Amino acid sequence: TPLTDREKKKVIRDMMMLVLARPPRSCNFLQWRDLKIVYKRWYASLYFCAGLEDKDNELLALEVLHRYVELLDKYFGNVCELDIIFNFEKAYFILDEFLMGGEILETSKLAVGVSMEEADTLQEEEKEQEEVGKTDKERFACGRGLRE
Amino acid sequence: MPAPIRLRELIRTIRTARTQAEEREMIQKECAAIRSSFREEDNTYRCRNVAKLLYMHMLGYPAHFGQLECLKLIASQKFTDKRIGYLGAMLLLDERQDVHLLMTNCIKNDLNHSTQYVQGLALCTLGCMGSSEMCRDLAGEVEKLLKTSNSYLRKKAALCAVHVIRKVPELMEMFLPATKNLLSEKNHGVLHTSVVLLTEMCERSPDMLAHFRKNEKLVPQLVRILKNLIMSGYSPEHDVSGISDPFLQVRILRLLRILGKGDDDSSEAMNDILAQVATNTETSKNVGNAILYETVLTIMDIKSESGLRVLAINILGRFLLNNDKNIRYVALTSLLKTVQTDHNAVQRHRSTIVDCLKDLDVSIKRRAMELSFALVNGNNIRGMMKELLYFLDSCDPEFKADCASGVFLAAEKYAPSKRWHIDTIMRVLTTAGSYVRDDSVPNLIQLITNSVEMHAYTVQRLYKALLDDISQQPLVQVASWCIGEYGDLLVSGQCEEEEPIQVTEDEVLDVLEGLLVSNLSTPVTRGYALTAIMKLSTRFTSVNRIKKVVSIYGSSIDVELQQRAVEYNALFKKYDHMRPALLERMPIMEKTASNGPTEIVQTNGEAEPSVVEAKHPPPVTQPTNQANDLLDLLGGNDVVPVIQTTVPTKPASAGGELLDLLGDLSLSGGPAPAPATSVPSSQPAFLLDGLTSPPLFNDIAAAGIPPMTAYNKNGLKIDFTFERANPNPNIAVITIHASNSTEADMTDFVFQAAVPKTFQLQLLSPSSNVVPTLNQGTVTQVIRVLNPQKQQLRMRIKLTYTHKGSAVQDLAEVNNFPPQSWQ
Repeated sequence: TPLTDREKKKVIRDMMMLVLARPPRSCNFLQWRDLKIVYKRWYASLYFCAGLEDKDNELLALEVLHRYVELLDKYFGNVCELDIIFNFEKAYFILDEFLMGGEILETSKLAVGVSMEEADTLQEEEKEQEEVGKTDKERFACGRGLRE
Repeated sequence: MPAPIRLRELIRTIRTARTQAEEREMIQKECAAIRSSFREEDNTYRCRNVAKLLYMHMLGYPAHFGQLECLKLIASQKFTDKRIGYLGAMLLLDERQDVHLLMTNCIKNDLNHSTQYVQGLALCTLGCMGSSEMCRDLAGEVEKLLKTSNSYLRKKAALCAVHVIRKVPELMEMFLPATKNLLSEKNHGVLHTSVVLLTEMCERSPDMLAHFRKNEKLVPQLVRILKNLIMSGYSPEHDVSGISDPFLQVRILRLLRILGKGDDDSSEAMNDILAQVATNTETSKNVGNAILYETVLTIMDIKSESGLRVLAINILGRFLLNNDKNIRYVALTSLLKTVQTDHNAVQRHRSTIVDCLKDLDVSIKRRAMELSFALVNGNNIRGMMKELLYFLDSCDPEFKADCASGVFLAAEKYAPSKRWHIDTIMRVLTTAGSYVRDDSVPNLIQLITNSVEMHAYTVQRLYKALLDDISQQPLVQVASWCIGEYGDLLVSGQCEEEEPIQVTEDEVLDVLEGLLVSNLSTPVTRGYALTAIMKLSTRFTSVNRIKKVVSIYGSSIDVELQQRAVEYNALFKKYDHMRPALLERMPIMEKTASNGPTEIVQTNGEAEPSVVEAKHPPPVTQPTNQANDLLDLLGGNDVVPVIQTTVPTKPASAGGELLDLLGDLSLSGGPAPAPATSVPSSQPAFLLDGLTSPPLFNDIAAAGIPPMTAYNKNGLKIDFTFERANPNPNIAVITIHASNSTEADMTDFVFQAAVPKTFQLQLLSPSSNVVPTLNQGTVTQVIRVLNPQKQQLRMRIKLTYTHKGSAVQDLAEVNNFPPQSWQ
């Protein structure tokens, strides 16, 4: 069952406080309510956190976080925090190509990169068409051609 | 209206805000602009506005007015719009908003769209936040896409199916045909998501599990895939630090775990590959260790051969020595899971585990503590306890309560000697006194009374501890109780175990009086101290001083203290002849089940533990359950449980609740029975079923009252025979005889009884709880009923037993008591 907005905010706040309170050089796992929290600190001020169920593999979760950062890095080219802030929607899109419903969708770095590229190109072409002023239908034909 | 500002610009602007208030102002301004733009139904900029709204939502500001706009974006034909629209839907909408159902149609259309990326968006949204209704409507489409040859869509459909199954488990069957050749795919994405789908199905339905084991021959397929992964050469696409697709490997191992659990054939088929993975995986990087971790978990869960299990535990042992904290943590967690089944193997790593207690990391310390307690046994108790006590000394407060409880439990189970046991408990009380559980005080007291030879040693040590520190309440309470009981031993300097100290009576009384006045003492502690002083009046010679102290507290503000003092005063004045008998040495208490609740009940100046002993396993929860059952028995009008007015000197444990429920423990005022055998009562203890004390008056001659049949149904017959208890003519002693005329035994036989308020009832232990078949024997049990008002005896009884495999329960009223039994 989904949480209310207030509950969601509380979850985020509580978890943030817990993670930020961790001394350096401690292990990357902690217990919170009935979840295991895995967190990884990237650079000085960027944290990636994930909540796991009891049966999930914590060490693998670290690898998942690592892989996500690699994907971001490949996409943005030497990613830094600002990239993520200013392009948060892209960060979400990349995440959606990598994970879905809490499970890994694609294990190949290459494949994720390709999907993002193609989708972005779709967007670019659309924008171009707009400028030129084509109709919806024609815009669409381009999209289809791209897939094949 | 000017064009709304771009997303990037907004972000930049907001980041320049220097205070919360400034930021809020900017956001509000922008929100207003966005709202008016929405009102204008402007298609061109909707996408940009929603994107900005999402950013503001991420910062924590309300964005619900954008929900409908997201839907409009989803319905748009443009890919850009859809992308942002679906993202907005996933971030802003969920099941609870009615709006979300409007998406269903859009998603349906998009699932059939010609562009795979649009289809992908739809699948993603459905798979992340689809409600049960949406899932039901769209499951068919998802199933169709599961069978497509497009691997991009196939993998997304697989995970979407997982979500559908989680939301609507009944739809699982629908996806079964599509799974047939999922594993023959080459594409790793599809392979991975298929394994996830199969895992979900197997976890949810044992039928599916059986089906996959037998019909689909899943295990050989998975083994083959795993083997290929390990043996194949370098694949740049899937490589992580030299290991080929670790994510897929781990997932397969997890599915193998589920398939092999409890199934010999499957487990055998995977033995080889597990051994291979366990020995060949590189352990220098986290990746390799992640795979090894999953392998170990799988080995421990399936029916693997012992060689493999030893291999697994050794891997965990190696993990424990690893420098990486994460790996040590994970090792401790897994060892905790396996310690029950492979106890000996884990014992080998005990010293490493104990070293982890000294680790700086909180998570590791906690796991190490739990594991250490699990490893304590009769052989290593001394060494382990030393380490654990040292840990208790130095650990954070959050651990102290759990650690103290653990120490007590372990000490109770494996104490090599009474002196060691007492020393250990004293050590815990002095180091972590304020964190111990409430029932440790009576437990310790009971332990002390049972170790007769240690009395002098104990009281001496406790006295010394009191001189040092009177702030730890549990310690002070135990110490004052002991000094009250054994003060004479203390003063006479009889200790054999260690050097006796020279203490005078006045010094002892000084200490106790000090407790009474100290601000550190809680009211409970003061009660203990006052009673202890009173008890010393029969053990010490300086009675006048004690009289003085007692009379001072007769006007204390604390009601409890005042009551005690007044009663003790009365003892001195009017009942001085009774004083020695009342205050004499406490008898040895019966041993309770570990965790069994004991309670100190204050009656008439004598601290009296009422021992609650549970009869049947599982013992502890029974008494309270029975008490509740009995309340049902007693009905509304007949018996009203009366809470006794003299409050027990410690918070009630389960036994306490029981006694509260069972009626008032009134003082009978009669003289105490002279022999102080193992019976702790100076007046009848009114306890109902489940509580025992040794039978008292069983051998009293029957007073010629005719027996009666109280119950006869379904082959179970219960007869009552009567006797009169000699010292007290108000007490009727009834013996029940239960016999069984059916062809099967009645096991777990429990007899319970309740009487109206004017009576009081005591039930002693039954001869057995199996009523043998065909009248081959009877179960007997003694009931004592106090009937001071000579009212007609009525009783309600409740019988529970297991007969031919099913549990039977029956209630009955017994009204046909012969008049002689109560007159």
